[in-house]
Amino acid sequence: MLEFDDIQYILLTRAPAITGRYEFLSFRNAAGGRAWLAAVLETVHSVEQARASVQKDNRWVSVAFTWNGLRALGMDEASLATFPEEFKQGMVARAEMLGDTGANHPQNWVGGLAGPELHALVILFARDTQERQRCEAEHKRLVARCAGVEVLSSLDLEATPPFEYAHDHFGYRDRLSQPVIEGAGEEPTPGSGGPLKPGEFILGYPDEEGVIANSPQPEILARNGSYMAYRCLQEHVGAFRDFLREHGKTPEEQELMAAKLMGRWRSGAPLVLTPDKDDPALGADPQRNNDFNYKQMDPHGYAVPLGSHIRRMNPRDTAANMKRRRMIRRGGTYGPPLPEEAPEDGIERGIAAFIICASLIRQFEFAQNVWVNDRNFHELGNERDPVCGNQDGTLEYKIPKRPIRKKITGLPAFTSVRGGAYFFLPGLKALRYLASLGDTR
Amino acid sequence: MSDAPKQNDWSKPAAMAIPEGGYFKDKIEQGRYGPIFPKTPACYGFSIIAKIIPGREPNFYEYARNIEKAVAGQPDCLAVLKLHYLRWNLFKIKGDNYFQYMGIFDTDFDKYTEDAVAIFAATGLNTVFENLEGFPKDWKTNAPAFIKFVRDHHCPSFLEYGEYPYVSAEEIKKALKLKAAFSDMLDQMQ
Repeated sequence: MLEFDDIQYILLTRAPAITGRYEFLSFRNAAGGRAWLAAVLETVHSVEQARASVQKDNRWVSVAFTWNGLRALGMDEASLATFPEEFKQGMVARAEMLGDTGANHPQNWVGGLAGPELHALVILFARDTQERQRCEAEHKRLVARCAGVEVLSSLDLEATPPFEYAHDHFGYRDRLSQPVIEGAGEEPTPGSGGPLKPGEFILGYPDEEGVIANSPQPEILARNGSYMAYRCLQEHVGAFRDFLREHGKTPEEQELMAAKLMGRWRSGAPLVLTPDKDDPALGADPQRNNDFNYKQMDPHGYAVPLGSHIRRMNPRDTAANMKRRRMIRRGGTYGPPLPEEAPEDGIERGIAAFIICASLIRQFEFAQNVWVNDRNFHELGNERDPVCGNQDGTLEYKIPKRPIRKKITGLPAFTSVRGGAYFFLPGLKALRYLASLGDTR
Repeated sequence: MSDAPKQNDWSKPAAMAIPEGGYFKDKIEQGRYGPIFPKTPACYGFSIIAKIIPGREPNFYEYARNIEKAVAGQPDCLAVLKLHYLRWNLFKIKGDNYFQYMGIFDTDFDKYTEDAVAIFAATGLNTVFENLEGFPKDWKTNAPAFIKFVRDHHCPSFLEYGEYPYVSAEEIKKALKLKAAFSDMLDQMQ
């Protein structure tokens, strides 16, 4: 039985927000950090609270910590040592393996995320901008009251129009393939696979192997917690549209090229189900828009190229142990939309997302290392994910086609990593435990 | 190095001398569980050598029969490991029995290591590893401990050779399929 009254809401529910704000914090002294946490934890919703009051609430808050942050709050070394190695090292130390090299190297990251002084994160989602600004001001007053607490940086989220459905700055419909957790009260959409054991995402529960994996100690700290990988990806919308124009003479050809990079039309309609023509009604229909496989329906990639984004991020029936590789994604877009006909304006815009899982090394790092950035994924030889892989202009992208495939050489980078970090997302009891740690511990 | 064979030139046999320790120090690639041993003309691989717990030798022969049965029943049960060949040996050093497990495959061990653990459990490979000294008892729930055992007991090569260097098993299978298709085509033309 999942403990809905203790699990942070963000793990299992999505707030009906169109705006938000992330604030990244540093604690110069432990008591100040704990005073901040004691105050802010009163605003953190559990799953149960969020579900009960979703209609009347206007804001939703989550709190998470880096390993350095747990130490800065006063956690003892014995407990700190029980966390998994990859979390202790942090995302920056794992950069090479994650593909964060060249332009994506942590030395190019912004907002103080690459340094050891990054300790905590507060995620705010708000129903409107007015509410976001109210919360921002309130949080500013709280930080000012807590000795040694400093905001390293912040990021405002803005949904991009049209607001009827979630999509990124490139125009791709988002949130189409989310895992469902057994006992969480949701039914998976057709094609999404069965519900997954809670231990794949929440610490303290059996996972797909049927066991409760090793958790950090003490138990009160780990139970109902999870890990989050933060990724801030700038989207180069001008370069992306230039590429489509270069490779498509008509708007239809450009749409097809956009679809071939993703594996879905920008409407969300899967290429496996409609390979030649967009079908926006299909893209918008959750009962149909995820109901496909690759092994039987598209083994050679004539519809969805073998190296396309969705085929890498979720190889479905063409990878082993898929149930042990799934991740929950939360987050949103930031920066103003670039109008359709406007040239690149140089203003930063992109996606700032959290990937939530019980094991960073087995889930997030595997996806990043093997699916996104392995040049030889599916025997492709010299490719990486065309949307979020590390592209340095030397790689290709192959689009299977009869009689002869189309090969694009020198694929440009459509995204750049602007920041990232590993966080631990404790349950509510664990947040109270952390807030009550003594200075002498 | 201008006359070094190109990685994709399968027609030119190649050998690679590997420094002590198994890595080229100036180009070590990091994997999720530590540095990755380099790809050679004989692709990736490992040679795990470990001492057998005395008295457990019969288990190894039983395990061999299990693996034979598992692969016969489900020929693709090891597909995820992207293997070319596996060899298992037993031998003695100063009266003690040792086990060697040597594999040649197309992906570095790090990439599909958790998948390997899952397969080992499913195909009964655990029975043999559990008969080795120092193997972690909690390996099913502790992939990092399993991986550490493998890394600690891996004896890296100091020389590797490929008659058709760097060619993947997939490419070989594709070439053989193509040959079969041509042969079939010729039959149809008679």
